[in-house]
Amino acid sequence: MKFLGLVWASLLRKRTRTLLTLLSIATAFLLFGFLDAVRVVFTQGSAQSGADRLITTSRVSFIQPLPLAYREQIKALPGVHTVAYANWFGGIYQDRRNFFANIAVSPEEYLAIHPEILLDEGVREAFLSRRAGALVGAELARKHGWAVGDRIPLQATLWPHKSGSSTWTFEIVGLMRARDERARKFENQMLFRYDYFDEGRQSGQGTAGWYIAKIREPAESARVALAIDALFRNSAAETRSQSEKEFNLAFARQFGDVGLIARAIMAAVYFTLLLVTGHTMAQGVRERTAELAVLKTLGFGNGLILRLVLAEALLMVVMGGCAGLALASATLPLFKTFGAQLPPLRIAAESWWAGVGVMLGLGLAVGLPPAVRAMRLGITEALAER
Amino acid sequence: MPATATPLIALRGVCKRYFRGQQSVDVLQGIDLDIEEGDFIALMGPSGSGKTTLLNLIGGLDQPTAGSVSVDGQRLEGLTSAELAAWRARNIGFIFQFYNLLPMLSARRNVELPLLLTSLSARERKHRALLALELVGLAARAQHKPAELSGGEEQRVAIARALVSDPRLLICDEPTGDLDRHTADEILSLLQVLNHRHGKTILMVTHDPKAAEYARRQIHLDKGVLAREADAGGGA
Ligand SMILES: Nc1ncnc2c1ncn2[C@@H]1O[C@H](COP(=O)(O)OP(=O)(O)OP(=O)(O)O)[C@@H](O)[C@H]1O
Ligand SMILES: [Mg+2]
Repeated sequence: MKFLGLVWASLLRKRTRTLLTLLSIATAFLLFGFLDAVRVVFTQGSAQSGADRLITTSRVSFIQPLPLAYREQIKALPGVHTVAYANWFGGIYQDRRNFFANIAVSPEEYLAIHPEILLDEGVREAFLSRRAGALVGAELARKHGWAVGDRIPLQATLWPHKSGSSTWTFEIVGLMRARDERARKFENQMLFRYDYFDEGRQSGQGTAGWYIAKIREPAESARVALAIDALFRNSAAETRSQSEKEFNLAFARQFGDVGLIARAIMAAVYFTLLLVTGHTMAQGVRERTAELAVLKTLGFGNGLILRLVLAEALLMVVMGGCAGLALASATLPLFKTFGAQLPPLRIAAESWWAGVGVMLGLGLAVGLPPAVRAMRLGITEALAER
Repeated sequence: MPATATPLIALRGVCKRYFRGQQSVDVLQGIDLDIEEGDFIALMGPSGSGKTTLLNLIGGLDQPTAGSVSVDGQRLEGLTSAELAAWRARNIGFIFQFYNLLPMLSARRNVELPLLLTSLSARERKHRALLALELVGLAARAQHKPAELSGGEEQRVAIARALVSDPRLLICDEPTGDLDRHTADEILSLLQVLNHRHGKTILMVTHDPKAAEYARRQIHLDKGVLAREADAGGGA
């Protein structure tokens, strides 16, 4: 500890250079923080939903429809409590940039198995009694200035209306609020009735996009999933049943392996950082050859010199890195739009540990070469160079 | 000096050979030298005669090719570089021509550097560093960085740093080589006080005959051999 002042002073020797290096390290770890927060959200889908729900889709593809008749068959299986079904509508409100999820659902069962959706009094009943009724997320309604009673036109992309028009009109019967942060996505969705959808569409009547089964015992989840898929094996429409967590993960992977992308970006950033910081350190030690020789003359041993230079590199990387991660942690809550479809982004403890690990690795990588050179430095030769 | 006293420094048949590629240069060729405790010696000689090389051997910065160097009964040849470093920290104070202060540290923290290697508390280190600065008359400049000091002041700080761990031997390589006459005289007087009043043994390389006069005796090195010895007029 008593050498800390000496290490610190060495860093302050070239203030501008140290500051610039710290900035680049901080920037890299800011990026690391962002990417890792996204990675954590994508790989920890479990946190966003109940463990007691299974999603059943076509085995062939997520978008392949399943017969509506499956509903009763699934419901009849032991361990299954309730079955809801849904279909992705993909409608657009005014402009493609206004994207939000709008989904046709079997109203009663869907609300029953999603207790995290909070509705005002009477809204459920209104939804169940109005065929063109729709529930919209509170956040979504605020964004577009919608109020209960408004009629909302959506342009169909996948499902044109049988009247020949591509416009579907829905009536807002209530707002959805999320029970907790993990259910935030509902505040940005729109749900409407399956019967209205099924009757109005040009084709595909009598099919569902996917089933959601609430099971009695979360521990039974795997067994029930297998039982469902066994039921429809060798039929024209085989199924794949997964827990909601697995389903969300698979869904996210449609957009690419986020973890892989994050790692690729980070690898590029760290390679650059390695060069920049490595250069700073090497330069810093080269300039101080005589000083290091003086310290050795005074009796600083080679091992101590090695540790001092190493400590300098580590201090620089850890300071810059922690500043970057702290900044990421402070600014992530500002990214509301992204949080709309996913749980809120934050720097998890796991990201901090990973970050510190990367800092230590980076510090050693950039510090060790100059530290070894400093350790091997011959006193008399270095002093003679003056 | 009593004849029975063992000298503080004893060199026997010390040779130093440097290799430059294929060629070898015999810089020191069989040096025998005794320096008593409390002596103040000016080592003179033409440039390239091997003065710095000799200081490096006595100060434990380098090892002889042949012969033996012992300081205060300690043979230096067998020591590892870690042992030599620890030995230097305890026994030798070094003073260089270009002061060699660390530019980013204040005078006090420069002086404190050797004490970082001891187990002294931070308070005690600071106290001793300030005492050493007081001894060289620079207590008032303790917080100044080297760049804010004159050459003479920098050399005083360097002397304080050499003194702070209370070594018996001070090794000075042209300590006034970069200073004007007046400042040089001040530094030399300071060294003389350290020798006379504090009993420090001093071995000083200088090109300047006037500087050499401050020493108790002068020895001359020429082409790697000690030439002649003369008593200087540096008495009290
Ligand atoms: N590490 C080294 N490798 C090779 N040759 C060296 C080395 N160090 C010193 N020499 C050579 O040894 C000789 C003596 O050098 P030294 O520095 O001891 O002389 P000096 O008497 O101190 O000279 P000056 O008065 O110029 O300081 C010189 O010829 C020098 O070039
Ligand atoms: Mg010399």
